[in-house]
Amino acid sequence: MAKQNSKQNEPGPLLTVTGLKTWFETSDQTVRAVDGVDFTINKGETFALLGESGCGKSMTSLSLMRLVPEPAGRIVAGSVKLHDEDLLQHTEKQMRNVRGKRIAMIFQEPMTSLNPVLTIGRQIRETVSRHSRFGDFSAKKRTLELLEAVGIPDPKRRYEEYPHQLSGGMKQRVMIAIALAGDPELLIADEPTTALDVTIQAQVLDLLKKLQKDTGMAIMLITHDLGVVAKMADRVAVMYAGQIVEQADRNQFFSNPQHPYSKKLFDSLPTMTKRDQHLAVIRGSVPSLAQVFKGCRFEPRCDYAWDVCRNLVPRWCDTNNGGGALCHLLDPEQERPAKTPDEKTKAVETEAVIRKISAAKTQLLHVDGLKIHFPVQKGLFKRTVGFVKAVDDLSLEIPKGKTLALVGESGCGKTTVGKGILQLVRPTAGCVKLEDVQLNRLKPKELRGKRRDVQIIFQDPFSSMNPRMMVKDIIEEGMIAQKVGGDAKQRETRVEELLEQVGLSAEHKLRYPHEFSGGQRQRICIARALAVEPKLIICDEPTSALDVSVQAQILNLLKDLQVKLGLSYLFITHNLSVVEYLAHEIAVMYLGRIVEYGQVEEVMNNPMHPYTKALLSAVPTIENDGREVIKLRGEMPSPVNPPVGCHFNPRCAHAKQKCRNGYPDPHAVTETHKVRCFLYD
Amino acid sequence: MKAKTHKSLRILAHWPIAIIICWCLFALLGPLLPLQPNEIDLTRILLPPGEASVLGYDDLGRPIFDRVILGAKTSFLVSLWVVIVSLLIGVTLGIVSAYYGGWFDHVVVQIIDIFLAFPGILLAIALAGIMGPGIENVVIALSTVGWVGYARLTRAQVLSVKQREHIQAAVALGSQSTSIFYKHILPLILAPIIVEASFGIAGIVIAEAGLSFLGLGVQPPEASWGNMIRDGARYLLVAPHMVLVPGIVLMLVVLAVNLAGDRLRDYFDVRLRSSV
Repeated sequence: MAKQNSKQNEPGPLLTVTGLKTWFETSDQTVRAVDGVDFTINKGETFALLGESGCGKSMTSLSLMRLVPEPAGRIVAGSVKLHDEDLLQHTEKQMRNVRGKRIAMIFQEPMTSLNPVLTIGRQIRETVSRHSRFGDFSAKKRTLELLEAVGIPDPKRRYEEYPHQLSGGMKQRVMIAIALAGDPELLIADEPTTALDVTIQAQVLDLLKKLQKDTGMAIMLITHDLGVVAKMADRVAVMYAGQIVEQADRNQFFSNPQHPYSKKLFDSLPTMTKRDQHLAVIRGSVPSLAQVFKGCRFEPRCDYAWDVCRNLVPRWCDTNNGGGALCHLLDPEQERPAKTPDEKTKAVETEAVIRKISAAKTQLLHVDGLKIHFPVQKGLFKRTVGFVKAVDDLSLEIPKGKTLALVGESGCGKTTVGKGILQLVRPTAGCVKLEDVQLNRLKPKELRGKRRDVQIIFQDPFSSMNPRMMVKDIIEEGMIAQKVGGDAKQRETRVEELLEQVGLSAEHKLRYPHEFSGGQRQRICIARALAVEPKLIICDEPTSALDVSVQAQILNLLKDLQVKLGLSYLFITHNLSVVEYLAHEIAVMYLGRIVEYGQVEEVMNNPMHPYTKALLSAVPTIENDGREVIKLRGEMPSPVNPPVGCHFNPRCAHAKQKCRNGYPDPHAVTETHKVRCFLYD
Repeated sequence: MKAKTHKSLRILAHWPIAIIICWCLFALLGPLLPLQPNEIDLTRILLPPGEASVLGYDDLGRPIFDRVILGAKTSFLVSLWVVIVSLLIGVTLGIVSAYYGGWFDHVVVQIIDIFLAFPGILLAIALAGIMGPGIENVVIALSTVGWVGYARLTRAQVLSVKQREHIQAAVALGSQSTSIFYKHILPLILAPIIVEASFGIAGIVIAEAGLSFLGLGVQPPEASWGNMIRDGARYLLVAPHMVLVPGIVLMLVVLAVNLAGDRLRDYFDVRLRSSV
């Protein structure tokens, strides 16, 4: 290993990809998923491949491993050189010695990547034995070392455990241990932290960095998250529609992106500073990869495009900083257009400034002492043996026309709060009051009439619509149920209005949901909610399944609708950058309770609770502000047996004896800013 | 590899449908045809297939061709009725138990488990034996066993569809539970149930033949494939055509129904895939 290390430490290219093309043949078309990709990964560096869904980044990584699903997919051209061997010329048998041993891979979904019926120790040991001549005993020893290396506490006990006994973060660590078993020169990490919470993401990213330092391996990081790229990468390649459109050093890329697409990606990130304006959106959508392009692939969506872009495929142009981009703007042989697009975009921006909503504050929703407990039942007779305290004594208020963000990691009960307010789950105790009506006291029949005031938008735009209903019927459903919107003809006009209001066109009404993209479906869901003219919309992670540029469109739409219709939102999310862009107030939730509550500026600029601080610091941002990530120990405990005292105490760096004895009462920092922590008592 | 077998299946899938159509036509029109299934003629006892008759004669000199065609009626009617009755009972119970849950669901699940613990055909034999022979009793016996599978499938389908977010959205919009059921649940659970029913038909055809073979089904002189095989079994060495003809017909129908069911499943699968 030491020898290998010294070999890897000499700088120089490890993997060279030239002209890689991977095509998919279907019965009637050829989809060029990867269409001429060139890049080099140097020894020991982290190379990030950035792109939105469907741009071909995962297919590129599968091509490197020769794991493209055959026979539909085929690598039609190019070479992939690991040192001097062309992997594309290898036989399948030779490839098996490359996979895992020289190039290893980890995937996004740790839940499905492990075999549920084998202990994790056995799964790691298998890979260890496969790639070396360890005897049984030393293979086990090596496995324990690996578990230790990936930061799994008590490896001896974990060795005997099955995947379902581990949390998501732990499973991803096991996946990394398996990948490391062959001591690879290159680790391909395909969205390794996308399925994890921010605090866990921070742990896993740190681990990858540490392991890279220890072993000297190179990492190819595939992601859609600019923040993760900023934190991890040495070099960045941006992929769009099957091609790499820009490559640059990390610092160069973040300070001065060259390609119009990269620039747009930065502009569409929601941040605090953009609060009063629209986010930049990339108009249109990703082109179909089943065509042969005559010009630039990004041309239909580009603000800078001129005639040449339509008719001539751009060539790769090196920029003076060692990077390069695929754009006519950088080509000295192409004449630039007279009109600089900066003026154009600026004009749009000033026009789009959103006026601040007046400060008149009337409360729309009161939630007081809300408790939602689910019984845990066991045995033949379904005896209740305990309660999951999903929501435990929670109070909040939402003013008219404002947005309250409810922030927390998965499993903290934030979605249950939304359902409790909607009365989709009847609260165990407490009071949910909308204006003067106490919703949780209403009888089912009265409640049905009141339901039009509160609506919901879900995270998953795929399961939130009935695949067998037409868009018109989907939007009309609420109007029929609530008997609003007049007769069939008036309703149809209203459906058309609504579709246009959410940025679709009236002729979409006769289509089925599967004909739309994720962002368009989310628009239809918004139209469905708006159809009954609600006062409050509960947005349950509405943008977390969407790409950044599409997310910007939906956030803009939500903001516009709020101004136009005076809507209030309860915005349930784990994404803090969305919060600072959209929300007015923020409530941070941990294990069923709100630990910090205040105006968005107060909480974001001056977080008080240790959990809020850790959460904020764990979000990878694109600014390199040198702040330190506050590491949290372990993961969120189960709400069946919450820790005694302050629920956060086992993970808190400031925990004192007091914290283990009782739950702190709310402490008012300012009139609006409250925190539940003994530090401030 | 898989794609190839699928393609060849598509081509073959025409003959199963042709067979099923013939089966239905013979079953419905059989009684109207000029057939003499019960005409006894001792001069042609056990005559093998030949010039006199296409498929030969049985031990009483009755034409086997005519009897096979009338036997189609028995198997068709029994399968149709059993599927209808089982579907009605099974789907209703499955929906109600999944939709409302609670103690009712608990009881239904226990009953399903108990029924599944019995070998179905034995239970049907026992029931038919107690109630006595006759086509109605065969239907009752087979339905008693048959509803369980549909109930279990329906319950599982409803439970998984119930989790989908568009149902919660519909509740949040204030839709009535009946309208949620007809608009959001029923259309989504129908496809797998129809496929299951098409496979169920094949099973019932065999079960009916089995009961008739044991003498619990249609009574002589009425023809059914099962009792034709039973009659022929005694003359197996002398006149194998008496067993072979109804046996092959039975096999063809069951195979055809199964293949058609496969095709139906593929059809629904493709639609689901394109809609996801």
